[in-house]
Amino acid sequence: MRQGEISLAGLLALFSLYLMWKSMELPIGYIRGQGPGGGFWPFWLSLGMLLSCIAIAYNWWRGKSPAARSDDPIMDEFGWRTVILVGGGVVGFVALISIVSMYGAIALFLFYYLRFLGRHSWVLTLGLSIVLPVLLFLFFEGAMMISMPQGMAFTQPFFDLMYDFIY
Amino acid sequence: MNLTKRLFIGMAAGAAFTSLPLTAFAQDWQPKRPIDFTIMAGPGGGADQIARFVQAVVEANDLTNRPLVPTNRGGGSGAEALLHLKDTRDADHTLMVTLNSFYTTPIRQEALGVDIETFTPITMMGVDPFVLWVHKDSGITTFEEYVAKVKEMDGEFVMGGTGSGQEDSIVIAYMAGAYGLKIKYIPYDGGGAVAKDLAGKQIMATVNNPSEAKGFYEAGDFVPLLAFSDARMDAYPDVPTLKEKGHDFSYYNQRAIVGAPGMSDEAAAYYREVFGKVYDSAEWQDYLASESMSPLPMDEAQTRAYWTTQVQNHRKLLAEIGG
Amino acid sequence: MEVLSFLADGLLLSLQPLNLMLILAGVTVGLFIGAMPGLGSVNGVAILLPITFLVPPGSAIIFLAAIYYGAMYGGAISSVTLGIPGASTAVATTFDGRPMALNGKASLALVTAALASFVGGTVANVLFTLFAPLLASVALSFGPPEIFALMLLAFATFVGLGGDDIPKTIFSICFGLVLAAVGFDTISGEPRLVLFEISGFLRGIGFIVLAIGVYGIGEMLWTLEQTRGEVTTTNPKMTIKGLVSDTKEAARKGWRGTMIGSFLGFFVGVLPAAGATPGSLMSYGVAKMLSKNPKAYGTGIPDGVAAPEAANNSASTGAMLPMLTLGIPGSPTTAILLGGMVIWGLTPGPRLFANESEFVWGLIGSFYVSNVAALFINLAFIPLFVWMLRMPFTILAPLIFVLSIIGGFAAARSMHDLWMIVIFGIGAFFLRKFDYPLAPAVLAIVLGPIAESTMRQSLLLSSGDPMIFLNRPIAGPITVIAIILILLPALKLLRRKKAVATA
Repeated sequence: MRQGEISLAGLLALFSLYLMWKSMELPIGYIRGQGPGGGFWPFWLSLGMLLSCIAIAYNWWRGKSPAARSDDPIMDEFGWRTVILVGGGVVGFVALISIVSMYGAIALFLFYYLRFLGRHSWVLTLGLSIVLPVLLFLFFEGAMMISMPQGMAFTQPFFDLMYDFIY
Repeated sequence: MNLTKRLFIGMAAGAAFTSLPLTAFAQDWQPKRPIDFTIMAGPGGGADQIARFVQAVVEANDLTNRPLVPTNRGGGSGAEALLHLKDTRDADHTLMVTLNSFYTTPIRQEALGVDIETFTPITMMGVDPFVLWVHKDSGITTFEEYVAKVKEMDGEFVMGGTGSGQEDSIVIAYMAGAYGLKIKYIPYDGGGAVAKDLAGKQIMATVNNPSEAKGFYEAGDFVPLLAFSDARMDAYPDVPTLKEKGHDFSYYNQRAIVGAPGMSDEAAAYYREVFGKVYDSAEWQDYLASESMSPLPMDEAQTRAYWTTQVQNHRKLLAEIGG
Repeated sequence: MEVLSFLADGLLLSLQPLNLMLILAGVTVGLFIGAMPGLGSVNGVAILLPITFLVPPGSAIIFLAAIYYGAMYGGAISSVTLGIPGASTAVATTFDGRPMALNGKASLALVTAALASFVGGTVANVLFTLFAPLLASVALSFGPPEIFALMLLAFATFVGLGGDDIPKTIFSICFGLVLAAVGFDTISGEPRLVLFEISGFLRGIGFIVLAIGVYGIGEMLWTLEQTRGEVTTTNPKMTIKGLVSDTKEAARKGWRGTMIGSFLGFFVGVLPAAGATPGSLMSYGVAKMLSKNPKAYGTGIPDGVAAPEAANNSASTGAMLPMLTLGIPGSPTTAILLGGMVIWGLTPGPRLFANESEFVWGLIGSFYVSNVAALFINLAFIPLFVWMLRMPFTILAPLIFVLSIIGGFAAARSMHDLWMIVIFGIGAFFLRKFDYPLAPAVLAIVLGPIAESTMRQSLLLSSGDPMIFLNRPIAGPITVIAIILILLPALKLLRRKKAVATA
């Protein structure tokens, strides 16, 4: 935790510096007779972020925050596994959307989560991962008229068929 | 509740479709998917209102077999919408409702790499003129008094409008240049907020579209001084135009429907027919009249020529006002 | 009184069979749309706009107003059951609503939300009926400096919302405010902070993207990691008896928050541009400040749910006022309602009350009826929402992820924003591990754009003189109060230090 605290503060400080540098594309100062320029707001607030990071680092050095006093690892093995399997699952989910469409990705994600992380029965897994995407399709495309991403060309015939069906 | 009703209709329609031979659709192009109806502005503005009105007319008269899906993509002064159309994977199902950031944004943000002349003209629904308004409590009743007042206040006269480099600022900058006026310009997010702050006397004058100022005009709060149209407007017969005052300048906000670059001719023809019907509908004609918009019917070739001149004009105007 | 007879006519109009049916249908549809993370009243109203061509304009707008009401009630449901604020107005509801659900008091939280919403809506309706024209002139007297002062006041209530670690809280506020600046600067008309030159950032970073990332993904990961995947939400089965006792408990423990929220929310909501989000946030902050036991806020108490919920309903009714009297939309939803009125050939504006009094009073009457209908329909569906929480967490968790992603896309309509949700979610998980409070960032991203543009408009007005915030009759006092509130915790801290030093 102790190492993590200072590393995170350092990372955030770097990001603040990037934001400050980026803000400088527009005037960051007070323009006479007009008030602040376009970069004023983000620049000085990014500086606020940077100063906060420095204060966090100072607190770390003095051992003031709980994280700065703890020598525990950030997470144990279980924690890391959970985060990688679940977080990775969500990343995979979003990555799949462009390939197998929103609804296909939902079906695959549910299948993965329910079966491999939740260890549910095949009936429940398959039931949910087929029924829910269909219900969501009817809700979003049918009732709410919001079109979701449709994946690569091979998903097209399927969508065309479904559209014929609902409209 | 709503879902089940639609579902029922959907099932009936689905049954009907599957029983038809597929070749029936081969000659006439018809959309296969919901039509992406991108709006170049956020919710609430003139473009948004028009898009939703058009969608409502299409839906009420059942003009398309797939729904129009209005989506606001106003980010970056319309840059988001322009990029969305430019990069679309499905040009045949992607349309946009424009305002004048269609011309100004590609000029001001060259990095976008958007060339609007590659877009597909569909239908010009009308153009929205600009009018100069003051609050009745200011005591100003004519344009001449207005000019005198602005000169007298020497840089302290406050006007509001939409963001820098957008329509309102162009109109005001031109007028200020033509009469040597010094004006303090406050940019707002949208025309509605501008009109509200004129009504609350936070600012002294605006160049709102008539549709935005109409409510206050009818209540007697706003006084129109000058129209930036080619001829006097039917709704404001006593208001002179800038052209009458001897300056060859008119400015309109274009309310057009545009297709994505690379749209097939069949699809474009289909949409032109659909929106042509909307244009001719009693609903739209009433809307044009009540919002004081002017008709400007054009075919495809005329629209392309119009775009070219508009791009040139805007390039010149933006260069002149240094924005 | 003349007003009362108009109101009676309006009530009768909205109780006609067709209108009453539309109200019931509208409220139900709205409730479910509002309960979906990412969808809100704006979606419901926009989609159903064309359908309203089939009925007379009077009935059509009543239908749309009913959806609006239903969605406002529904917003609390996803805040409590899923922990994701579906709309910016419901962020403050998660502060206490979510802990209550995790403590097995989801039904109490939902009942409190419903009752508070009802009271908030009713108070707002009464104030609306009696003082509409007067309030409209108050709304007009709020120019950019006044709105900025109000935003400052809203920020002052942040101070109490962060964690114990002051630098981390400040970091969070600044971070949210900087994110709000990404995209495009309207005042200078230039693109700004287009991070890493990715054009997806041109549209800016929306509230919903950050909120779904932080709450839908980040918080879920954190819960899974903390509880080792064994979340036990012991929510009892819902019974009529349980509902009655919850109602009593909600009334007893939530009335203070409800009262504060109802009035404060309305006055903030009436101001165009401010809207329901600062209203609900300020009500939460004020309720906490005035409470005898401020430490209890955030641990799951009914007052903490009641204050923001009463306020957001009350403010949403208030937001109708500038729309009807001035023709100025106070929120995207009212903007679309306004469009609807134009479609039906009505001219919103100062003359609407006089020219179309039957229409206006029918609409106001429908507010009253919708509010009652929404209360009962909401209460009737609470068992269903509580039942959802009884699902095993290994089913509920993936459902929340799916709803977050699909709801996020429905709100943003761009893959870029979907990736941002994931990045924010994973980032939020690690920040949360190290005790960075994230609620201030989520709220800052809502208030930031209003605060920045009104600040710069004000300074343009005054040619750069910051005294404009102090020497105007309305802005001045608000600014002073806000500054005192911001400095108060710092002063307290100093005093405590001194006391320690002398002791």
